[in-house]
Amino acid sequence: MKRPIKVLIAKAGLDGHERGALVVAMGLRDAGMEVVYTGIRNTPEQIVAAAVQEDVDAIGLSSLSGGHMAQFSRVMELLKKEKVKGVLVFAGGIIPDDDVKKLKKLGIKEVFGPGSSIASIVEFLRKNVRLK
Amino acid sequence: MTERREEPGKFPFTRGIHASMYRGKLWTMRQYAGFGTARETNKRYKYLLSQGQTGLSMAFDLPTQIGYDSDDTMALGEVGRVGVAISSLADMEQVFHGIPLDKVSTSMTINATASILLALYLVVAEREGVPWTKVSGTVQNDILKEYIARGTYIFPPQPSLRLIADIVEFCAKEVPGWNTISVGGYHMREAGCTAAQEIAFTLADGIAYVQTCVERGLDVDSFAPRIAFFFNCHSNFLEEIAKFRAARRLWAHIMRDRFGAKNERSMMLRFHTQTAGSTLTAQQPENNVVRTTIEALAAVLGGTQSLHTNAKDEAIALPTEESALLALRTQQIIAYESGVTVEPDPLGGSHYIERLTDELEAKAREYLNKIDNMGGMLKAVEGGYVYKEIYHAAYEHQKAVDRKEKIIVGVNEFVSGERLTLKTQKIDPKLEPRRRHELAALRKKRNAAKIAKCLATLEKGAKGSENLMPIIVDCVRNYVTVGEICKVLRATFGEYRPSHSI
Repeated sequence: MKRPIKVLIAKAGLDGHERGALVVAMGLRDAGMEVVYTGIRNTPEQIVAAAVQEDVDAIGLSSLSGGHMAQFSRVMELLKKEKVKGVLVFAGGIIPDDDVKKLKKLGIKEVFGPGSSIASIVEFLRKNVRLK
Repeated sequence: MTERREEPGKFPFTRGIHASMYRGKLWTMRQYAGFGTARETNKRYKYLLSQGQTGLSMAFDLPTQIGYDSDDTMALGEVGRVGVAISSLADMEQVFHGIPLDKVSTSMTINATASILLALYLVVAEREGVPWTKVSGTVQNDILKEYIARGTYIFPPQPSLRLIADIVEFCAKEVPGWNTISVGGYHMREAGCTAAQEIAFTLADGIAYVQTCVERGLDVDSFAPRIAFFFNCHSNFLEEIAKFRAARRLWAHIMRDRFGAKNERSMMLRFHTQTAGSTLTAQQPENNVVRTTIEALAAVLGGTQSLHTNAKDEAIALPTEESALLALRTQQIIAYESGVTVEPDPLGGSHYIERLTDELEAKAREYLNKIDNMGGMLKAVEGGYVYKEIYHAAYEHQKAVDRKEKIIVGVNEFVSGERLTLKTQKIDPKLEPRRRHELAALRKKRNAAKIAKCLATLEKGAKGSENLMPIIVDCVRNYVTVGEICKVLRATFGEYRPSHSI
């Protein structure tokens, strides 16, 4: 039997809006995935350390305060630096369209905006996560 | 249904706190604004005042709310994003330049650092030559909901409650026109709770603050009239009207029966309302104007004292000048054209509204009893109970939307593909470097010995039990920064770290 997908849901920066992150976390868990949630106010360093320690298959980054470019690009940079391979990174929150393009170039696979259904995120992860 | 004979302006104020309501005075139209630099914010305030807005509502950036100066490494990427960046008196002076503080009232959305921002405002007034007895406004100063839903806490609950009581006590003596706490349900509702939970958790927070001040030895009637509330107004029109009525009835009983208040003003639940950001959609954004109108109308029929109407783009960006103006015009149309202001509580007596009011009151009371049985709101918050109740409700809502049991026009039904283009917020990329530069210059200009003395006095005060407000006022008068004050308080009080897991 295949083991469940393990996902880290992370809030970066000082932003306290966690409704979306929590709802996604619970939705993924109810879909049979193993979910670790960081809570609010994490530095990129803390997020990457948690991903390594928990040995996750995917990282979901959430931001609604506008600090995503600075924080998410730092996460991607650190993942590279730490030579973390094969971890799928996706994002959600209030991310402007121009920034979505930039984030995808940095290696963030998908960005889920307001109105996204849980099912669409579950489907995306099942399709794209490669179990190590 | 019990036969009640309730009247507007009479205990328990279910039908409104004034007998004449809007016939006597309209609600205050108070649009939340503030972004980028102090200079830009000053310009927006002057514009809003020139357009007939009657009160200011100040938004701060996250570093200011969490006690970091703009040049702190923790502020990276967040300076001036969700509000104005205030680090020292110089910034606050610029925000209010040319705005007479004895003529406007200012509401500040500030919690963990409320005492510092209030001190800054008072010193600006002092320099304008406006006596403290002539200034009016509000600090949110509601830390419990920060642990539950909004997230801008710094210190653990106990020292945080002390800071709140310091403000209450100080203002009762020195700044009698100041509203010292705005107990908020808004953010818990945004985080996903139900209408009944919004009433219960908000009033439970209010009970905790009143209790803290009473335990300090303050006479309940000396401060309770200056405690106000801040509610959300969601899209379920009739339920929301009933929610405000039920909240008023409950609070009046709590203040009279539990705390023994004698002054009727202590029993009146006065509140600000903001329409629900979480009901706005990125899809078919013009629809948001309609949603906001319905919500604003419910708030008015529910008897609000002041109102913020969301701009159609507000849930996804800082509003443009055009959309912010349309939001204000929405209120003005309700006030001057709709005719609903002619009668206080015009829906009172309707079978359905009265039944809903009773039902919400009963449900909220059940929660309040449960919280009392846990040992009070502080315990319920620390144990993660409230947090869990809210995110479970949020998850149930999402599932219902995904299953189309709840219809959101343009999102899961009547979809047309039209979507608001999310534009990058135009925050000047040079803002953070410029702020670092300004602060470096300020720090250099100050008298180092005086700053050290201020901070030493603050540390001594924090370790003791005296009221910290006069000390903080003295600090900011000497250009000690928000970050410097919080650094001392962090070292003394410690920092809160939540331990809830999902």
